[in-house]
Amino acid sequence: MEKLLSKVFVSKLEDLPEKLGKTVIIGELELAVFKLEDGKVRAIENRCPHKGGVLAEGMVSGEHVFCPMHDWKISTRSGKVQEPDTGCVQTYETEVKKNEVYVIVPGK
Amino acid sequence: MSKQRLVLIGNGMAGVRAIEEVLQSTPDQFDITVFGSEPYPNYNRIELSKVLQGDTEIHDITLNSWQWYEDNNIKLYPGETVLEIDKEKQIVRTDKGRESAYDKLIIATGSLPFMLPLPGADKEGVTAFRDIKDCEKMIECSNHYKKAVVIGGGLLGLEAARGLLNLGMEVDVVHLADYLMERQLDKTAGKMLQKELEKQGMNFLLEKQSEEIIGTDRVEGLKFKDGQQIEADLIVMAVGIRPNISLAKESGIPVNRGIIVNDYLETEVPNIFAVGECAEHREMVYGLVAPLYQQGKEMAKRICGIEGDGYQGSVLSTQLKVSGVDVFSTGKINEDEHTKSLKLFDEWNGTYKKVLVDEGKVTGAVLFGDTSDGNRLLSLINKGASIEEYTESGRSEEAGADLISSMPDEEIICGCNGVTKGTIIEAIHNQGLATVEQVKGCTSASRSCGGCKSLVSDLLEHTLGDDYDQNQKESICTCTTLSRDEVIEEIKMKGLTHTREVMNVLGWKSEEGCSKCKPALNYYLGMLKPTEYEDEKESRFVNERLHANIQNDGTYSVVPRMYGGVTNAEDLRKIADVADKYEVKMIKVTGGQRLDLLGVKKQDLPNIWSELDMPSGSAYAKGLRTVKTCVGADFCRFGTQDSIGLGIKMEKKFEGLNTPHKVKMSVSACPRNCAEGSVKDVGIVGLDGEFEIYVGGNGGTHMRKAELLYKVKTEEEVIAVTAAFLQYYRESANYLERTSAWVERVGLDHIRSVLDEKQTFMELNHRMDEALSVVQDPWKEAIEDNRLLRELYQNVKIPAGSN
Repeated sequence: MEKLLSKVFVSKLEDLPEKLGKTVIIGELELAVFKLEDGKVRAIENRCPHKGGVLAEGMVSGEHVFCPMHDWKISTRSGKVQEPDTGCVQTYETEVKKNEVYVIVPGK
Repeated sequence: MSKQRLVLIGNGMAGVRAIEEVLQSTPDQFDITVFGSEPYPNYNRIELSKVLQGDTEIHDITLNSWQWYEDNNIKLYPGETVLEIDKEKQIVRTDKGRESAYDKLIIATGSLPFMLPLPGADKEGVTAFRDIKDCEKMIECSNHYKKAVVIGGGLLGLEAARGLLNLGMEVDVVHLADYLMERQLDKTAGKMLQKELEKQGMNFLLEKQSEEIIGTDRVEGLKFKDGQQIEADLIVMAVGIRPNISLAKESGIPVNRGIIVNDYLETEVPNIFAVGECAEHREMVYGLVAPLYQQGKEMAKRICGIEGDGYQGSVLSTQLKVSGVDVFSTGKINEDEHTKSLKLFDEWNGTYKKVLVDEGKVTGAVLFGDTSDGNRLLSLINKGASIEEYTESGRSEEAGADLISSMPDEEIICGCNGVTKGTIIEAIHNQGLATVEQVKGCTSASRSCGGCKSLVSDLLEHTLGDDYDQNQKESICTCTTLSRDEVIEEIKMKGLTHTREVMNVLGWKSEEGCSKCKPALNYYLGMLKPTEYEDEKESRFVNERLHANIQNDGTYSVVPRMYGGVTNAEDLRKIADVADKYEVKMIKVTGGQRLDLLGVKKQDLPNIWSELDMPSGSAYAKGLRTVKTCVGADFCRFGTQDSIGLGIKMEKKFEGLNTPHKVKMSVSACPRNCAEGSVKDVGIVGLDGEFEIYVGGNGGTHMRKAELLYKVKTEEEVIAVTAAFLQYYRESANYLERTSAWVERVGLDHIRSVLDEKQTFMELNHRMDEALSVVQDPWKEAIEDNRLLRELYQNVKIPAGSN
């Protein structure tokens, strides 16, 4: 099945907090968007696979975020939960153009 | 070497757990294929009753996600049933015509619910209670019908009945015996259970034998042997399970009640194993999860060619998962002529305990109402302990080493994360672990509340013997090998000023640290240079970053400051108004004498603070939380001092202070100590003409009684001693070390010797004042800073379909 994707404007780059997450709600989707220390912007599903913790409020280290509920460590790049826990979250592509941040989400 | 082919029939808990064990031991040795009749990934069947009871969604009980199969290169065929095993050619065939060859085959087909062969049992509205499909059927039925009958008053039947009650149905439970759960409970406990469940709304028909299910197409009622008849729109049969052995039997694998296996879970046919509820080991068929997991472990060792002692059988224990009822039983249930028993029956409080003793040894137990002794009794039975060991050793007196060696491998060490003794020991051996930190990293044991740390340490000592150094230098976290003291020394010497600089200069292994070292460094830097250091928001845990406590659903709680636990009509009115306006889900009185507004949305926090116009209560802080006070001399006929007045003074002085961990204080006005100073970090007890200052108490994870530090004459002295004590704690404790642990570690005598030095005492007070000089009310700060408001408290919301 072919999926439709759409590119959604989220925020100006400078309006995202440094080394922290931001909760972004697009229709039914709730994403956690991170501006990492290296300037990269990453978007993942805002729900820890463990107990549904809001990842946007987690502490960010490098490309990883630590869930505020029980400290699960999750890669914002691959969405993978790090050892010793297991699981993964959905990741979404992001794009930064002229200081504007976009995420690519399914459907229109 | 080419990979061996491992095929699993049955995508359930026992089989998949065994596969996990195989993957852990030899990750790349096998090509793994799994067939499962149900169209789901492996889920936690034990929690089905929770799904029915409405506590849990189906996807919450999934144990292994689709992704897990993919990540481990496992070929999964869900919704596909194996019909035939060709044991000569070593091939299995499925209902979809697929053939799959194996080098090793695991049969884990589980059980089938036992359906009574009553006339009418094939009518619509008759179901078992075994899988997701059954649950869905029952949930669906509850939408249209009212009257449910559960046949079977055992564990499964009662869980089903409770679920049906939650779904809004009227429930009759029909049972053949004269009391409930007769295989797990004695009559006394069974009757207590019945009373409790009747209170919850269940109706029981005991000593009833079902004869016929009545109705045209759909069930309309149930008729009993004695001629009585009841109405029913739904009949759930929960009379038991039987091992699902038909595939094995038809394929010529020897079976009895279950598929016969030896200690290594091998059937009598080469290369075919059986595990779980379908397997029969030493004439026992197990239906509970702990033994099945143990079997899986032993089988995996054999499959991977690792030597092991084999499976030796299990002593069973049962716990009923019905909300509001605590029942536990293990081993022998009923007395015979040789048995003596120890019974405690408290009808008033609804608790019952029976411990059975044969020839002086504990052989069984039934607990009702209070099941906290359950695991201990189970472990005593497993090691064949004498009854004296139970009656004489209070709960925790059994000394470390002895307790450790007597524990069975499946005993849970870390209750938060469900890590067993066996898992930890295996990880220590296989991965060469030597520290508590490493065990935490590999197994999750002690990661959550930390209550089992000392047990983990004992386990390390038990396993490694003299090689284990208990007083090992504890590094801040796995990002560095440096200890807290070394890091602080380096910061001072090199004049480091922010967390990244510390990590870079001191050669951190991970570039940006982790959730342990970041907040720790942030604290140490702030403690060393209170007036210069700029606190890093991104190095703070969410609660301290947003100045509110995050709750399990992502909402927050708000606790305004009420100095000394004293409030007034105006503040209460404001709180009530805010609660109404922002639809606060709950207002709760906290243990520290404050009001907690729960269920607040993040976006609403700043507005609520601004409308409350009260300072933050710091209920989220690693800092001073509250000063709890008793009524004191103003009103109380026993009060000797103005406890409220002093409490308020202390709270105003120390509010907003950052400390290594939370600090709770109290002031009482007489030795009755109504503000509970014995379990506070600092507890003041006012006497006639003097004050006692107690420190290092804790009423939480590590219960500890506070010790008397000093007796002083005046309120000013109380405050100065408290300041010196807290400042010394700030400067010398590890981050996240409570005063209880710190006092225990460094010793009260040491602390007293430091504070006895007049000069030091004054300097500590001076540095405390310096630290307090930069404190600002964080709520006010946030409200007045637009950038903070935007960055931390606002979400981005985009309607669907824009762009």
